Amino acid sequence: MLLVRYGEIGLKGQNRHYFEAALVRNIKRTLKPLGRCRVERSHGRIFVHLPEGVRAADGARLLGRVFGVVSVSPVLRVPLELEAVKEAGLELLREAARGGAVTFKVSARRSNKSFPLTSMELNRELGAHILRKVQGLSVDVHEPEVELTVEVRSDYVYLSAAAFPGPGGLPVGTSGKGLLLLSGGIDSPVAGWMTMKRGVDVAAIHFDSYPLTSERARQKVVDLARVLAGYRGGVYPLFISYFTSIQKALQRSCPEELRITLMRRMMFRIAEGLAERRGALVLVTGESVGQVASQTLESIRVINEVVNLPVLRPLAGMDKEEITRKAQEIGTYDISIRPYEDCCTLFVPRRPATRPHRDKVLAAEAELPIEELVEEALEKTELMIVRAEI
Amino acid sequence: MSLEIYLDNSATTRVHPRVAEVMMRCFTEQYGNPSSLHTMGAGAERSLEEAREVVARYLGVSPSEVYFTSGGTEGNNMVLRGGCAARRSWGRHLITTAVEHPSVLRTCQALEEEGWEVTYLPVDRQGRIDPEDLGRALREDTALVSVMMVNNEVGSLQPVEAIGEILKGRTGRRPLFHVDAVQAVGKLPLRPSDWGVDALTASGHKFHGPKGVGFLYLRQGVEVSPLMTGGEQERGLRPGTENVPGAVGLARALELSLEEFDARAVAALRDLLVSSVLEGAPDAVWNGYPEGAPHIANISFPGVSGEMMVHHLAEAGVYVSTGSACSSRKPTSHVLEAMGLEEELLQGALRFSLSAETTEADVRRAAAVVVEVYRELKELFGRG
Repeated sequence: MLLVRYGEIGLKGQNRHYFEAALVRNIKRTLKPLGRCRVERSHGRIFVHLPEGVRAADGARLLGRVFGVVSVSPVLRVPLELEAVKEAGLELLREAARGGAVTFKVSARRSNKSFPLTSMELNRELGAHILRKVQGLSVDVHEPEVELTVEVRSDYVYLSAAAFPGPGGLPVGTSGKGLLLLSGGIDSPVAGWMTMKRGVDVAAIHFDSYPLTSERARQKVVDLARVLAGYRGGVYPLFISYFTSIQKALQRSCPEELRITLMRRMMFRIAEGLAERRGALVLVTGESVGQVASQTLESIRVINEVVNLPVLRPLAGMDKEEITRKAQEIGTYDISIRPYEDCCTLFVPRRPATRPHRDKVLAAEAELPIEELVEEALEKTELMIVRAEI
Repeated sequence: MSLEIYLDNSATTRVHPRVAEVMMRCFTEQYGNPSSLHTMGAGAERSLEEAREVVARYLGVSPSEVYFTSGGTEGNNMVLRGGCAARRSWGRHLITTAVEHPSVLRTCQALEEEGWEVTYLPVDRQGRIDPEDLGRALREDTALVSVMMVNNEVGSLQPVEAIGEILKGRTGRRPLFHVDAVQAVGKLPLRPSDWGVDALTASGHKFHGPKGVGFLYLRQGVEVSPLMTGGEQERGLRPGTENVPGAVGLARALELSLEEFDARAVAALRDLLVSSVLEGAPDAVWNGYPEGAPHIANISFPGVSGEMMVHHLAEAGVYVSTGSACSSRKPTSHVLEAMGLEEELLQGALRFSLSAETTEADVRRAAAVVVEVYRELKELFGRG
C-alpha cells in the first residue's frame, strides 16, 4: 500500500474536492499499467492499494511524476494492537537493514488518544524491540538513515520507513488547457513541464520541416513527448504540423536577417489556430529573455503581436544552466542533446536581426499568402497520442 | 506508386533471398553446435567447413587460413590489436592511411594511447596513397601496416600489390601487412597470398549476406594474439560458438556475388550515373576516377547540404548517403578532408553505391531525381 501526501491543493478552500478528485483521477491513470489499483481518500491523504505482486517501489516511482503529489511512502497498515505494530515495524526495518541501513529512529504520532501507549512510549517500545531483533542496527535520533514513522489513527496504525518526493504543484487538468510549441531543443520541454506543474493540461505542437530536416528530428520530439507523458498520466497529445512549405516560402522570399522572426510569427499563428480548435487558453513557449537573437524583448514583441491568446514563458527568468539542470531532472536532457536539431545551419541567417523592425517585417510578410499557408499547415496537422515508457 | 531505388549498398545490402533460404535451414533444421559430438553437431561442423572452403577458394588460400568473425570491425580490431600484442617485444610503430574506416582509425588512436606510434599516410585528390610515402615511413620497429583495398566513401583503390612488393623487399623483421577489404570482397578478384598480404578482413552484409558475420584471412604462420579467451573455436583465435547460419549465408552470398556481380557492367552504370548527374548539374563534382571501385560514386553538390539532399531524395524513394554530415556537431568526412576538398564540396557530398541488383532504369531515374532536387535546393539555399 502507498501513502500519498499532497500539499498545496489541501489549501484550496471551496475547490478542495475538485482538486482532490482530479488528483485521484490522475493517480489512477498513472498507475493503470500496473494493473487495477484501488485508491481511497481519507483525512487529507490518499491511500493506494497496489495489485498483488506489484512492488511498492514501482508504484512510488510512477507517482513521483504526478503533479500535486508532495511525497509517496510505501506503508503497512495494521490494527490498533501493539503486537501488530511491533511486527510491522520489525519487517520494515529488516528490509531497510538488508538495503544497507545502519542507523534509525522511530517517530510515532498518536491522533487516536484511546491507544494505550503515548507517542513517547511507543517510540521506546518499538525502538527496543527492533534493536533486540535486528543485528547491526543502532539508534540515531539526530541524523538517522531510516526514519520509521508510526501514525496511530482512529481506524488503523500506519507505518512507513521511506518517503519518495513527488513534484508538488497542482493536478494536471485543474487549470485548463494550454498548447506548447515543442521543438527538439532543451528549453521547450522544460517550459511544458513547468506549466503542467501549475495544473495546466498542456498538449504540444511541433513544426516539422521534413525533408529539410531529418526524420530523426521528428523522432526526437516524439521521444520528448514520451517523457512528458509520464507527467500526464501516461499519454501525451502531440500535434505534428506540416511546416515544410512555409519554411521554403520564407527561404525563397524573405530577407535573410528577418527569417527567424517571420518563422516564429508563422508558428505562433498556427499554434493559435490549433489552440482555438482545441479549447486551449494559453500558448506556452520555451523562450527565455536574451538567450538568442529571437529572444530580445524587441523580437518577442514583434513575434507575440500576431496572436491574441496569452503566451506563457515560464523560462523567461532562467539562465541556461538552470534550464539544463531542470531538463536533467525531468529526464528530457539526454534526448534534447541528440544531434538532430533543425538540421542544417543553412536555415539560420548569418546575421539575424536582434531588433527586427516592425515595418520591415510587415513589408516582408506582404509578399506571402499568410492565411493560405497557415490554413494548409493546420489542415496537414496530425495528432499523435504518445504513450509513456513504464 | 513510389519506386524505391536503393543506392546505399556500401552501407549495407539487401540479403539475397537465396541466402535467407539457406540460413533458414540452419536456424530451424540443422541447428546443432559444431562442437557437439553427435550427428547434429557433425552436420553443423560440415556446413561451417564448407562455408570456409568457399571463402578460401575465392581468395586462393587454404581453408585453415580463414577465420569467421562478427564482421569488419571485429576483424580489424583482431588484426590491429592482436597483431600489435604479438609484436610488442620489438614493435613500436604502425603505418596506416588517413582515409581508413573508423574501425581502423579509432583502433590506431587507442593503440597510440597505449604507447604505439602511428604514421597516417596522406592521400591525393583521388584518395590514393603514394607507395613511396609508405616506403619512407617504414622503420625497423614498424610492426604493422594496415591499408584498405577500396575506400568506403569514395571508392578509391589503394596500391595494395605495390605495397606488398615494398614489404617483400625488406630485410630483417617484416611488419604484418593487413588489408581491410570490406568494400572489395565479392566485387574484385583478391589474391592476398600473391600480393604479400598477411591478413585480410571482410564483412558479409556488404555483398548481400547477413549482418553480424565476416571473415579474416590470416596467412599461415603469422602471429596474432586472440582478443578473447574461451573455447577452441576458430583455432582459439576467435572463441565462442560459431555463427553457423551466418557463415553459411556469407558463403552463399559470396558465391552468388561471383555469379551476379559483373564489375564492368556495374562500372558502366556508375559512369552513366555520374555523367547523367553532371550533365544536369554542371557544377557538381565527381570525387572519383574511372579506374576506381565500380560500385561507388561520390559526388559533391556545392551550395547545398548533403543531409538535406539525402532527406529529399529519400522522400522521392532514392536512398543514398552523405559523404559528410551537415550538423555542426558532427565533423565533415575525414576522407574528403584528407583529399583536400574545399568546404563547400565537403558539405554537399553524396555517396551513391550500387550493387548487382541495380538496373539502368534505376540509375536513370535516380539521376533525374538528384538533378531535380539539387536544382530546387540550390534555388532555396544557394549562396553567392
